[in-house]
Amino acid sequence: MSQARLYELVYIVSPDATDQDIADLHTQVESIIARLGGEMVRTENWGRRKLAYRIGKHREGTYVLEVFHGTGELTKELDRRLKVSDLVIRQLIVRVDEELRVAERTRSRRAANAQKRNDRRPPRPAADGVGDADPDNDDDDEAEA
Amino acid sequence: MNDEKRAGGPGKGRGAGSRSGNGRGGNDKAGGPRRSMFRRRKVCKFCTDKVDYIDYKDVRLLGPFVPERAKILPRRISGVCAMHQRKLQTAIKRARQLALLPYLTD
Repeated sequence: MSQARLYELVYIVSPDATDQDIADLHTQVESIIARLGGEMVRTENWGRRKLAYRIGKHREGTYVLEVFHGTGELTKELDRRLKVSDLVIRQLIVRVDEELRVAERTRSRRAANAQKRNDRRPPRPAADGVGDADPDNDDDDEAEA
Repeated sequence: MNDEKRAGGPGKGRGAGSRSGNGRGGNDKAGGPRRSMFRRRKVCKFCTDKVDYIDYKDVRLLGPFVPERAKILPRRISGVCAMHQRKLQTAIKRARQLALLPYLTD
């Protein structure tokens, strides 16, 4: 169960860092995850972006996203290590599995409801009649759905 | 005052029914031909698009909900439903921590 927790870690690397530094950081993160019994899911480098506000003296930074399975202990350790690192100017770890599960549930519930509605009143080309009455088709679709 | 409100919410004015009811000369002068806009029912953008998970990493999605002062757009203006406004709120706050969105602008 504890293994099932899915986390997203985003950290911003200082713009002074070289590609090598960023790669090193990534392997460091990976090794911490592996050491504490986590499992990498995927990683993304968003490249250099402008920051919405200054962090320290920086106006831009390189964003890196890491998605992994792990435990609370692991995130604590990661957070600590990233805080110590001079190259990382900001980091955020978010647990996402629960929110994704909720999203999945609403999605399936909506599908089920739509199915039920369809079963209840099968033959009725309703969309045409309503569409003619009101030119705003978008809103009508919503009302129907 | 009416006119001001109308300018603020682009095509999504709230309480459209009551306002069109007291349509006086002043109102007509300002926006007579666009009346149909105000009557439009406001619907939650995320409900229509069937967005279940509002991702804090998606700046394009969040951007329109933090207008120029970088404050979170109240749902009385945007028409977002309560559930999605809550999710939107946490997403925007996370994005702010990551400097994807500003805390304030001036």
